[in-house]
Amino acid sequence: MAKLPGWRELPRGAVILEPGSSVRYKTDSWRVLRPVIDQERCIRCRICWTYCPEPAIIEVEEPYTTKTGRAYRISYRIDYDYCKGCGICAEECPVKAITMIEEVV
Amino acid sequence: MGRKVIPLSGNHAVAYAAKAVDVDVIAAYPITPQTAVVEKLAEFVANGELDAEFIHVESEHSALSAVVGASAAGARVFTATSAQGLLLMYEIMHIASTMRLPVVMSIATRAISAPINIWCDHSDFMAASDTGWVMFMALNAQEAHDLTVAAYRIAEDPEVELPVAVGYDGFWLSHTVEPVEVLDTDEALKYAPKRYRRYVLDPERPITMGPLASPDWYFEFRVQLHEAVEKSREVILRAFDEFGRSFGRTYRPVDGYYTEDATVVLISMGSASGTALAYVEEARRSGVKVGLVNVRQFRPFPEEELYKHVERAGVVAVVDRAINSGSAFVGPLYSDVALTFFKRGFDIPVLDFVVGLGGRAVTRRDFDEITRRSLAYLGKRMRDVKQHYAFIGVRE
Repeated sequence: MAKLPGWRELPRGAVILEPGSSVRYKTDSWRVLRPVIDQERCIRCRICWTYCPEPAIIEVEEPYTTKTGRAYRISYRIDYDYCKGCGICAEECPVKAITMIEEVV
Repeated sequence: MGRKVIPLSGNHAVAYAAKAVDVDVIAAYPITPQTAVVEKLAEFVANGELDAEFIHVESEHSALSAVVGASAAGARVFTATSAQGLLLMYEIMHIASTMRLPVVMSIATRAISAPINIWCDHSDFMAASDTGWVMFMALNAQEAHDLTVAAYRIAEDPEVELPVAVGYDGFWLSHTVEPVEVLDTDEALKYAPKRYRRYVLDPERPITMGPLASPDWYFEFRVQLHEAVEKSREVILRAFDEFGRSFGRTYRPVDGYYTEDATVVLISMGSASGTALAYVEEARRSGVKVGLVNVRQFRPFPEEELYKHVERAGVVAVVDRAINSGSAFVGPLYSDVALTFFKRGFDIPVLDFVVGLGGRAVTRRDFDEITRRSLAYLGKRMRDVKQHYAFIGVRE
């Protein structure tokens, strides 16, 4: 890890001069349980996307056809850089398409 | 425009000072424990004498939060409170200082409940003394006025950028009327001009203020604050010198009276120092070698300046107007004085006399008792003192 600046070098009063710098702060290490979406069961209702507080549910233009022949134009993915593993998505999913599995280090 | 002397209460003297430095934003909780300082400012704003935003808020917590926000946006701000109101501001006081916002606040110093008591002591002021603010205590209404003007010059100095509190004794100063020479806006602004600040909230140049700092970062910002408070010592001296050159009244972090040859030195803060001085002059006439130090600057504590006045003394009597029960020191002023001596290896009896809590009058007779009790320890050392503190003027 690079040497962090000392108190004399830091901007006065903890001001952050670069807008949007918080995206560089990845929160994936907070996660104990990892949500996994079953694309077969997912009905693309967008409820997980709506409830995710981060937001770490991403809507992608990725067509998917289930084994039973149902075709979707979009899919949902999880941004594992920022997902903190809170489990709200799994709790809210009306078809139980999201499972929380243990993170393995 | 010439300066004029008018009769003003301490509250109005402070309000005139905030007007003289042309504050941009005032936020205040308008009812108890508020004093007439913001009522007068509201009047100035309402009748067009002062062009400022006056924000009525629902609590002192919000009052200080509002001026913190306005200061972050670059405004010159003012707020005022007392007692429980100051305690409600307490958490935001730390935020103002560590964010390095030059907020100026006046505190009409009052007792803290319970029992409910709106009268003078220093319990509120002392409870706020660990917040990283520069803190002054006025001796009279003129000082409350002058120190408030000086506070802006000190707070906004680029080497400092810290909040400043000006205390003045509740009722004894806040509600009694004295002749006060009022500075006008032109000369006050010449002395304390509104300055460019490097970091302010500006949509054109977005920055983040008040962020989260993880264990990798937090400690550094508290050290920054500490260093800024230390740095303020010399800036305060320069600001006082310039005040003297501009307006003819030169303040020092402490005042010494008859300390050159005093065997007993009294150390006091606020309006009681005026009474103490009257006592000292009287006692000197009857041959008692007593001196007085008035502490005007409480944070940062002026150790060097104080020590110069007491290093020849035989006994020192600290007069405290607050109690820190359960501590090793009892009176908060005592703790700073005693450590000033301890750090210099100076071993004379240093006694603590707690007086005037909850608005009880502090009289010349009290100072006489303090002096007599102190003289009994002359020639002794600190380890000979069985109990270092006493309460003066309390019923047994």
